[in-house]
Amino acid sequence: MSTYKIIDHEYDVVVLGAGGSGLRAAVGLSEAGLKTACISKVFPTRSHTSAAQGGISAALGNMGEDDWRWHMYDTVKGSDWLGDQDAIEYLCKEAPRAVVELERYGVPFSRTDDGKIYQRPFGGMTKNYGNGTAQRTCAAADRTGHAILHTLYGQALKQQTEFFIEYFALDLIMKNGECKGVIAWNLTDGTIHRFRSHITIIATGGYGKVYYSATSAHTCTGDGNAMVLRAGLPLQDMEFVQFHPTGIYGVGCLITEGVRGEGGFLVNGKGERFMERYAPNAKDLASRDVVSRSMEMEINEGRGAGKDKDHINLHLDHIDKKVIDERLPGISEAAKTFANVDVSKEPIPVVPTVHYNMGGIPTNYKAEVLTLNGSEKTVPGLMAIGEAACVSVHGANRLGSNSLIDLVVFGRAAAKRAAELVKPGSPHEEVSSSETDKCLDRFDRIRNSNGSTKTSELRLKMQKTMQSKCAVFRTEKTLKEGVDQIRKPFEGMSDVSVKDKSLLFNTDLVETLEFDNLISQALTTMDSAYNRKESRGAHAREDFTKRDDKNFMKHTLAWQKGKKVEIKYRDVHSRTLTNDVQYFPPKERVY
Amino acid sequence: MDNCGPKVLDILFKIKNEIDPSLTFRRSCAHGVCGSCAMNIDGVNGLACIKSHSDINGDLNIYPLPHLKVVKDLIGDLSTLYKQYESIQPWLKVDQTGQEKTELKQSQRDREKLDGYYECILCACCSTSCPSYWWNGDKYLGPAVLLQAYRWINDSRDGDKKERLKKVADELKLYRCHTIMNCTNSCPKGLNPAKAIGSIKKMLATS
Repeated sequence: MSTYKIIDHEYDVVVLGAGGSGLRAAVGLSEAGLKTACISKVFPTRSHTSAAQGGISAALGNMGEDDWRWHMYDTVKGSDWLGDQDAIEYLCKEAPRAVVELERYGVPFSRTDDGKIYQRPFGGMTKNYGNGTAQRTCAAADRTGHAILHTLYGQALKQQTEFFIEYFALDLIMKNGECKGVIAWNLTDGTIHRFRSHITIIATGGYGKVYYSATSAHTCTGDGNAMVLRAGLPLQDMEFVQFHPTGIYGVGCLITEGVRGEGGFLVNGKGERFMERYAPNAKDLASRDVVSRSMEMEINEGRGAGKDKDHINLHLDHIDKKVIDERLPGISEAAKTFANVDVSKEPIPVVPTVHYNMGGIPTNYKAEVLTLNGSEKTVPGLMAIGEAACVSVHGANRLGSNSLIDLVVFGRAAAKRAAELVKPGSPHEEVSSSETDKCLDRFDRIRNSNGSTKTSELRLKMQKTMQSKCAVFRTEKTLKEGVDQIRKPFEGMSDVSVKDKSLLFNTDLVETLEFDNLISQALTTMDSAYNRKESRGAHAREDFTKRDDKNFMKHTLAWQKGKKVEIKYRDVHSRTLTNDVQYFPPKERVY
Repeated sequence: MDNCGPKVLDILFKIKNEIDPSLTFRRSCAHGVCGSCAMNIDGVNGLACIKSHSDINGDLNIYPLPHLKVVKDLIGDLSTLYKQYESIQPWLKVDQTGQEKTELKQSQRDREKLDGYYECILCACCSTSCPSYWWNGDKYLGPAVLLQAYRWINDSRDGDKKERLKKVADELKLYRCHTIMNCTNSCPKGLNPAKAIGSIKKMLATS
């Protein structure tokens, strides 16, 4: 192995990722007087939080009566009872405070007539435990994620968080099952950096790019999830992948659910508002898994739109132009740019598109990472938040606008918990160099790959396999084929070619390291899906069409060892956090 | 050009995936919201992910954003611009005592004053198209950062308007703008940095 120059750093806490959750954690940590480093492979405002459009949920009650318990019920039901209700209680109860805090940080929310934060209807968000539509989703036009991300970056600057920007994180430093820091590669000058920290917080987002068609950014490669797998720890509920009903046909660009919240609706090739048949009450505002399945069924049964009958039309041409200009300006622009559609005259062609990973790194509601060792145990020194984490508040299906609130509530919770656990400036333990060597061996081996297969070929093979074998509808046959076929690109890594051998902004190497991260998550996703023989939330099996609470009211845990994936389960928490609310027992999920 | 998507970024992907994996450029969302893939395309700054290559006749020339230190291929060094962004203190300044639990109110009319400014994605297309910023980029804040400064000056919730104005009222930081208008012409989000700068100048002239 060539020798790499290593630059050492010591921090109380290191945050990996500078999206909404990472920045919110960094703000809280810096505020608490902890010496905090925030490492990101992109400049913070490039993070994928910027693409969130519709809004952030919180029972503020600015647009009619609301209660965090109603929000909690909706989230439990949305999760198809796979969410942990103690964590969901925490999320929904803390949500109003978290949104007010964002407002006071400076987020330019849209406003009501009396100057309060504007809230819009969103899928699955109801009043009084499923009776009527709630307006709960706080919006800054249709650029809410952008507004929040930029505001949080400003706050982190105010709190003087130390940023390490365009650093690509390679691996966690583990010692006796505890996390002691992280190793990263500085892309802009090629140096290797070792960060020792009392706590490492993973906020690296989702891994949508395992699929061919996704609303996810190219950077959504779940690097933190893969580091956790390499550290010998499990990922949870990876089979639950959300398909957003409205990605632009052929492009994958997101069109917010807020369009339907503002009165837009879906129409099939025969001009029918088909959602009335599938969800008689909520119609177009049923939860995302339900709407996506309904659209797929319309298309599969020959009622799609267009000459190939392979998509659905989203109409908003009946909505007042003033409403569109004020509340949906961004999607008007996107529809023009990517589908050449004038939304005031024509519908937008849309198809269900991969959008969000409910699964990820298992944590409790304090953001501490969990593993299973006989019973549920926390992993000292390691936390996870945001889309990378599986708390689990979203269970088998996330409700729209519940992800932005997840980012800030658990970003804040992680900072709070870290401040309890770490005394600022406490000394660091010695860690042997073996972890560093192991990490750099892998880095060096991949950098010097001289095989004959392009990274882009392996990536495409993985993406096509996931897209065809692990999609909206799944069967034993497709999943079994998927389990076999997804191992081909995994094995392909032994023959990969990295042409660029430099260390300076080597994106050939970055993409290969990212592929290596993606493929391990593809494996765990496929195997987790194969092993869950029921239908729940986003995991729809055509051969097991019903939810099976007797056998599967449990979280999947998946460990990866080479091409082998080991699956175990842990029970869903059947308790709330406090007596402020009663446990919602499972019942049939209809919208 | 078989199997190539419609945008300039799709061409770059095609080259990187099929011909030369060492080709280096920034990209992320590919939807025109993250601001990563700003570059000079056919002589005009823009985002590769939203620019259609069919709009360009003949050979397509692509360069890094002008007048930045080039790190590699299409990647320019934006660290000076980021430091300037930090210097305008892009956070809301409010009196924090006692009121932390309630939202600040803002009328729809006051909120509207942020439209056209809060949408900025910090892609730097405007600043790197500005001749004045080319010559005095170390001292002149440039259109992107001045637009951001105006976004906070103009927020009715902010309690530091006077100080903010005073901080930018400088021969070099602000008055190097000579209304050349390249900034407004190049903004891929259709924003108008020149108008923001004009508004700051007007506020200073009338205060």
